[in-house]
Amino acid sequence: MKISKAEVEKVANLSRLYFDEKEIESFTNKFNDILLFIEQLNELDTAEVSPTFHAIDTCNVFREDIAIQSDAIQDIVKIAPEVENQAFVVPKII
Amino acid sequence: MTNFTELTISQLTEGYRKKEFKAVEVTEAYLKRIEEVDSKVKAYLEVCPEIAIFLAKEADKSIEKNEISYLTGIPAGIKDVLCTKGIKTTCASKILENFIPPYDATVIEKLYKEKTVILGKLNMDEFAMGSSTENSAFITTKNPWDLERIPGGSSGGSSASVASRTCAFSLGSDTGGSIRQPASHCGVVGLKPTYGRVSRYGLIAFASSLDQIGPLTKDVRDCAVVMNVIAGQDNRDSTSSTNDVPDFTKFLEEGLDGITVGIPEEYFVSGMDRDVEDGIRKGIEILKEAGAKTVDISLPHSKYAIPTYYIIAPCEASSNLSRFDGVKYGVRAEDYHNLLQMYKETRSKGFGEEVKRRIMLGTYSLSAGYYDAYYKKASQVRTLIKNDFNEAFKKCDIIAAPVAPTPAFKIGEKSNDPIQMYLSDVFTISVNMAGIPALSLPVALSGNGLPIGFQIMANHFQEGKILKSAYNLEKNLQLSLKIPNL
Repeated sequence: MKISKAEVEKVANLSRLYFDEKEIESFTNKFNDILLFIEQLNELDTAEVSPTFHAIDTCNVFREDIAIQSDAIQDIVKIAPEVENQAFVVPKII
Repeated sequence: MTNFTELTISQLTEGYRKKEFKAVEVTEAYLKRIEEVDSKVKAYLEVCPEIAIFLAKEADKSIEKNEISYLTGIPAGIKDVLCTKGIKTTCASKILENFIPPYDATVIEKLYKEKTVILGKLNMDEFAMGSSTENSAFITTKNPWDLERIPGGSSGGSSASVASRTCAFSLGSDTGGSIRQPASHCGVVGLKPTYGRVSRYGLIAFASSLDQIGPLTKDVRDCAVVMNVIAGQDNRDSTSSTNDVPDFTKFLEEGLDGITVGIPEEYFVSGMDRDVEDGIRKGIEILKEAGAKTVDISLPHSKYAIPTYYIIAPCEASSNLSRFDGVKYGVRAEDYHNLLQMYKETRSKGFGEEVKRRIMLGTYSLSAGYYDAYYKKASQVRTLIKNDFNEAFKKCDIIAAPVAPTPAFKIGEKSNDPIQMYLSDVFTISVNMAGIPALSLPVALSGNGLPIGFQIMANHFQEGKILKSAYNLEKNLQLSLKIPNL
């Protein structure tokens, strides 16, 4: 096994997910199958290969910083689960 | 009486020019067709008859004044991954079940400017993650050629709607084959443009370095017409290209003299599906008869495309999907005592199994101690895959290949085996890694009457070469693509 149930639970926490007892077994098995499948990349020696993060070489695309009027605030807060005085409400954290 | 739903975009435009019929009549015909057949095909998540008729009336006003552009009065279906202001956009996920975007995607703005008629939103695999559209949280779309089979995915609603004539064209998105594979399975034309050719603003992001929006159409000319509208630089997507956008239709009538077709040995392996191989070989013969030359090429790292993809795409997805947390939009879970629990409840109830799997894979691959072994390694292999194409395009103008290893499989056949499902994208994924354009065109029907797609790839920004090759192939094939009565 590449990854144990406990490690899956740790990754789930980092992912802000949880799996209940019924799901975790089957999830861990399938997760392991995929990790083993991915292993085949180790057949390749890539020590001298630089990574590609983007298919097209573009970086630092600049534009003029021009202020534009936006009246989207009402539309944006309208679709939030909970709002008060144009602010998103979340459970208390302190 | 004209059967409007059988007409191509070009034929509809011709009719509008000659004032033979109105956009409202055409739109009503499509709405009627949706009512008649979509309960069986289930391509649409949401149909918007009132909006469609309103837009059709607007289009008719323009047509009356002879202001007719490429897509004026043309009824379209939109994959539910594209934000449409005022129209629910769910990404086929429970977490966005109630999401009504406050803005339009750039491609949608462009359609409105043309006075295109939007009929509704199309089903897909949740967050575009899948190859069969079975991962939709809401409905299972059927293949119009055989209702027991999948339409392909993730743009399965987009392909099934064009094939079942419930829209004149549709928009989809392609991250690893999600336009081409469903187009192949449903017998329609689908193009994944060059990365950066079409603005991704308003496309709900899955894997930002791979995602690209493109058209699914009844024929090749229509594909070029839609590209004329959706392509172009956009300040709101910094990865959109400043390259000139040609009139894509002008390539179509060009002949194939001087075109060299590369045949990649890795895409023609022993034991491949007989019908698929015969179809692709036939397509290559027709390209030769039309004046093209062929050359054998090699894309030696092809077999690593899938494992590479299943690191890179989930890594990007795990980052992109962290925004779905129940705070700013979408659904928030009801039972929680603190913030962390609110996030976890919301996400665990809101996302389906495949989406969770990919978020987990990405988080794992990017986490401390694993980054070099997974994400960095995959990004290096991506370079090798990209270099394969650079080498190949020194010898040829286009590459011919299958789209999918088999015709459409049965619903449920692979849904419990992620790796088998992933392998169905073996011929389409490399293209996204390299960011090059590729198209799927129906080339044959299998022994049991299912469509088989022919894939044409070209180098960056060479959609013109793809379109003229596909146009010549389509013209000389004379394939009859009549779907069974629904």
